[in-house]
Amino acid sequence: MSGNGFIECRNLRKSFGAKAVLQGVNLTVQRGETMVILGGSGSGKTVLLKHMNGLVGPESGEVFLDGLEISRMEEDALTEVRKKVAMVFQGCALFDSMTIGENIAYPLDEHTLLSPEVIRDRVREALALVGLEGCADLYPAEMSGGMKKRAALARALVLRPEALLYDEPTTGLDPLMTHRINRLIRDLQKKLTVTSVVVTHDLQSAFVIADRVAFLQKGQIRFVGTREEFQTSKDLAVHEFISDA
Amino acid sequence: MRAISEKWSLRGFYPLERVSDYLGGLGLLSYGVARCLRKRWEGGLILEQMERIGVRSLSIVLLTALFTGMVLALQMGNYLTRFGAKPYAGRILALSMLREMGPVLTALMIGGRVGAGITAEIGSMKVTEQIDAMRSLGINPIQKLVLPRLLALLIMLPLLTVLADLVGILGGLVITTFELDIPADFYLNSIIQFIRFQDLFSGLGKTFFFAFFIAIIACYNGLEVSGGADGVGRATTQTVVTTSITILVSDFFLTKLFLQL
Ligand SMILES: Nc1ncnc2c1ncn2[C@@H]1O[C@H](COP(=O)(O)OP(=O)(O)OP(=O)(O)O)[C@@H](O)[C@H]1O
Ligand SMILES: [Mg+2]
Repeated sequence: MSGNGFIECRNLRKSFGAKAVLQGVNLTVQRGETMVILGGSGSGKTVLLKHMNGLVGPESGEVFLDGLEISRMEEDALTEVRKKVAMVFQGCALFDSMTIGENIAYPLDEHTLLSPEVIRDRVREALALVGLEGCADLYPAEMSGGMKKRAALARALVLRPEALLYDEPTTGLDPLMTHRINRLIRDLQKKLTVTSVVVTHDLQSAFVIADRVAFLQKGQIRFVGTREEFQTSKDLAVHEFISDA
Repeated sequence: MRAISEKWSLRGFYPLERVSDYLGGLGLLSYGVARCLRKRWEGGLILEQMERIGVRSLSIVLLTALFTGMVLALQMGNYLTRFGAKPYAGRILALSMLREMGPVLTALMIGGRVGAGITAEIGSMKVTEQIDAMRSLGINPIQKLVLPRLLALLIMLPLLTVLADLVGILGGLVITTFELDIPADFYLNSIIQFIRFQDLFSGLGKTFFFAFFIAIIACYNGLEVSGGADGVGRATTQTVVTTSITILVSDFFLTKLFLQL
């Protein structure tokens, strides 16, 4: 049984050794909405995000994706699920033995029967979307941090997933590029009704892209609500976080 | 992995717990690989690894074998002359090369060179989240990374061992001819007449086990790396130590097994 959310976390607990990172996280992301997860450094945002596509398994609690429980699924079964949910990693995680073009083509090569020409077009299209035209033949080592970030985004987009998990997509980008990526995230949601979960430090971006905001603190979701509710929240921790940022 | 040590109630006894966790991990990885065997085999990836593992290790393997053969011949010549058994030098040398020195030394060299390389490569992919990225794209890292390396090692280690055997025997030939005054044709003929296929196969049989151990240990250590570049360094060292010890210890038991066959 599951509710009506596209992604649902129920009472998630996860610790590494003695360190309890998630201590009963409950969060529902509706289909088609953009949920921004805010929280201090080391509060467990990345760990939470990695539960949403089964990269990390919880000690207790469940994760439902599109009605399926994924928190206890076998790795083989998760393969199918993950085609629907793409992830942009905080550290980009581009394959450094491949060029950017090959990185982006990789999921297409693996999961589709498209011809090489079509794949090349899809790669070019994805690169254009993030403003990296003509960079297909560069290796990750030859690119700047911001370029890698955008390439990682292009790789996540290329399979046209139903949901996207972004881990700090705009950290390290200049204001212009930040603006462009934020608009891209919004456009994807508007035009393709992609469900998005965005982890970020950047309040400015959060308020631009978020339908709803969740605030993670001390291993629990301290606040969930619209951005207006977030900005006017009386919660002390939320207030502190906003004024610090 | 934890479950195994819990089941055998080794909790609290840390050294044993760690060993059982490690063995459990190796077992799980082997099981994962076995499950991947049913899926698509990627010839391209396997060939690439065969080139990297096999062809590029040729020089160190052959150099090792050449000098081992020469040293064996020197020692053998020295001792056998005392017993008046010099004519047996070739036969004994060939026997030790085929049954022990060729397979074990080749495996040790490959375990060091290739095993360390595999751990470093997979380990750095792990710490830069490339393994997670593969999984997040619905691509199985065991199938893409572990299986090709295992198959390449299973193919290349026996082949390299055969070459090492040959070069070792030729190294012996050089020394016996020029140092011990045994005629070359006598040396070769005595070997050919004396050596049986069993000798070759008992040596080669071991190499499949060695290849399996090297691949699984090296890949597992890489996949389990945590904590950045120093973690990769530590894992790489551990691979060299663990593969070497595993090869030497398992060689004893495999020898016992193959002597019975
Ligand atoms: N694989 C792991 N092994 C051990 N500890 C881990 C692991 N992954 C995360 N942690 C710990 O969990 C805590 C939360 O980490 P996480 O990466 O989720 O933080 P974060 O909220 O994403 O921080 P940041 O904003 O800096 O990226 C950290 O204290 C970290 O040390
Ligand atoms: Mg993070």
